[in-house]
Amino acid sequence: MTASIGRGLVLLSLLCASGGAVAAFAALSKKRADLTTIAVRAAYGFSLAMFLANLWMVAGLLRNDFSISYVAQVGSISLPTWVKVVSLWSSLEGSILFWGGVLAIYIAVATRSLTDAHGWAKPAAIGSWLVCATFFAFLIAGPAQPFGTVVDVPSDGPGPNPLLQNHVLMAIHPPFLYGGYVGMTIPFGIALAALITGRLSPTLLGTLRTSMLAPWTFLTVAVVLGGWWAYEVLGWGGYWAWDPVENASLLPWLTGTAAVHSAILTERRGVLKGWTLSLVIASFLLTILGTFMTRSGIFNSVHAFSQSEIGPTILAFLATATIASVLLLGIRVDLLKPDHELDRGASRDTAFLAQNLLFVLFTFTVLIGTVFPLIVEAVRKVQMSVGRPYFDRMTIPIGALILFVMGVGPALPWGSSSREELKRRLLPPMGLGFAFLAAALAYGIRTPWTLITLFFAGYTAWVTLFEALRPARTRMKFRTDGFLKALAQDLFGPGRRRMAAYVAHAGAVTAFIAIAVSSTSGRSLEQNLKQGESMTLGRYSLTFEGIEHAEEPNRTSVIARIGVKKDGRDLGALRPMMNQYATRRESIGTPDVRTGLVEDLYLSAMNIDEQTGTVGLLVLINPLVSWLWIATVIMAIGGLLALFSSARVGQAVEATRDLQPEPVR
Amino acid sequence: MSSNDGKKRVALALGACAFAGTLLYFVVGGIGNNLVYYWGPTEVLAAGPKAQGASIRLGGLVEAGSIKKGEGSNMSFTVTDGKKSLPVRCTSVPPQMFREGIGVVVEGTVARDGVFESHRLMVSHGNEYRAPNDPAAVNLKKLMESTEGLAPSDKK
Repeated sequence: MTASIGRGLVLLSLLCASGGAVAAFAALSKKRADLTTIAVRAAYGFSLAMFLANLWMVAGLLRNDFSISYVAQVGSISLPTWVKVVSLWSSLEGSILFWGGVLAIYIAVATRSLTDAHGWAKPAAIGSWLVCATFFAFLIAGPAQPFGTVVDVPSDGPGPNPLLQNHVLMAIHPPFLYGGYVGMTIPFGIALAALITGRLSPTLLGTLRTSMLAPWTFLTVAVVLGGWWAYEVLGWGGYWAWDPVENASLLPWLTGTAAVHSAILTERRGVLKGWTLSLVIASFLLTILGTFMTRSGIFNSVHAFSQSEIGPTILAFLATATIASVLLLGIRVDLLKPDHELDRGASRDTAFLAQNLLFVLFTFTVLIGTVFPLIVEAVRKVQMSVGRPYFDRMTIPIGALILFVMGVGPALPWGSSSREELKRRLLPPMGLGFAFLAAALAYGIRTPWTLITLFFAGYTAWVTLFEALRPARTRMKFRTDGFLKALAQDLFGPGRRRMAAYVAHAGAVTAFIAIAVSSTSGRSLEQNLKQGESMTLGRYSLTFEGIEHAEEPNRTSVIARIGVKKDGRDLGALRPMMNQYATRRESIGTPDVRTGLVEDLYLSAMNIDEQTGTVGLLVLINPLVSWLWIATVIMAIGGLLALFSSARVGQAVEATRDLQPEPVR
Repeated sequence: MSSNDGKKRVALALGACAFAGTLLYFVVGGIGNNLVYYWGPTEVLAAGPKAQGASIRLGGLVEAGSIKKGEGSNMSFTVTDGKKSLPVRCTSVPPQMFREGIGVVVEGTVARDGVFESHRLMVSHGNEYRAPNDPAAVNLKKLMESTEGLAPSDKK
């Protein structure tokens, strides 16, 4: 009975989405505003029904209602409440339902943000969103139905995969990832609307920018949270392994980052309209590709692919969306004429272009390395993967170049400038570059790419700081304002959008430094220890002091207590453990990390043998890893600042420029 | 369209092609040198000397009575797929579940003396995976997919 209420809500949302899509496109082709109103109502209807379906599932999980098939599949009475809630996205059917829920929120907010100033782009965008919504509602109603009715209601369920119960990050990471993935639907719909109506008005471009920044910010956090989760849970000691799932989250972030930048060039110069739209569309298609790769089971086995019912459906949607987008781009892109010629030479315009090409290059490199094994397996029936050295060797130089452009670009003025001007702007930042280089050499770093990266990082850090504070410094000079007052104007006044970009850049520079140093300058050691034995790594001395036990409702843990000393100073004990879940056969390790600003000490128990009193220990010293988490917070703040500046300030910028006024419809 | 525009387009297209070609060359070359093969003992032995130095993920069952512990974390055992078996030297600390008869995946390469040298040992612990009574029934794909660290689909 309870399951059928869920099914009803899903069907209602499917009905609203499909009906609304038809109404929206009918409004567009017949130029009837009354149909647009119907489409808007249908969009809200979809959102409400889909949102309620999600709430209904959460209620089912909390009430241990095993008559709902999904609850019977992942629920368990013994679970803590937070695990019950996050079970919503812990398995395939629920995660697609959750996708629908996030899409519901996005579509409701985006529909509200569209005004009559958007003209006929309004029904075109709503129609595009609702076509996507129809597909996902169909997926939930059919192939991935989570509200199946269980006839023989079990008394308890197995609980979700223990790897997912093992860390509280599992509660945070998927919402961020979905916030990024699903959110790409909104700019995609706006890009399609621009192509369908044949013009990218300043109003529409502003909406495009805002709608791109929201998922970009979520995705930035999500990509790194995924790495953090791997670091804190998987126990191999790193945060990034270039595995297909990680790549799937990175790919749309790369094109999204390119799109956010090329949109600036489009906005300021009126150029690259088709290119910006292509990047937005690519970002959306890559999220669908990522969903296909991670949800169809294709990366484990071709069998799982043919057995999985949603894999082919998602693939069909991906193919349809790709073909439709390419066709639309091909037919319509010529309508989006540039307003100016692109500036050539050493200007900021060129730097934007270089940034875009580098990000696209990065995307292709990762994309090819990720899908290559699939193609080989399909053609030659050989199983293989592309090794980490490929990704490292290809992406490190591209990454270093991106860092370089991030420094040089903002140092360059818009448009052309004299040689003296260029020297004056480009040379001084090298000072901090050399300072960083010297610091790295003193620290003992000898890896060439790390040194190059750190030099660029110093250069870019100088430019970023200098440019971020420049308006404030100018005001201090001419208005004799205090520093804080001048800075506050940039954060809370019309300069916020500019500030946001440099905050994001500061985060990116920090991330570059953290990644370059942590991935090349760490140390590790694996060793078996008997109780009372010690080992040393670097300045750390580790003693296996004994075995402890812990009981929780859903798991029992065997803990190895490891006494840690650094240079003879007692730092207390770390407790890597093995967890045995009540509902699962296998035990799973959880590493223990002593986090520091300079370096992390990372202990992972490979095995704990209580009979012989031995522990197999993996020990790593990971420098600067915590700065990657800090960098992400800074980048996200930059994203949020930009997001909450663009609505008002973006229009102010528009008003000051020599743009054609939009014809009133 | 003026002829100047046409020339520009041709130049642009040529430039794009050259760019794409160079990229493809580097990418394909980079991939070709960095492939990791998912093989069982039969495939490794069939590859012969080609297997030496190649990156391989060897999957199979730990043969009964073959585990020998050495100095420190050194250890040797034999991996079998029911048809052929291959001796393995391993320097990594074995995971908790490691024992005779269990499905494992070891990462490494074949040394000159024909022994598989590994620096990474992973144990299969999927929910459905059971070490089969009939070792001939080892399904390499199922094994790889149920091995921790190899099954990233666990990760959302």
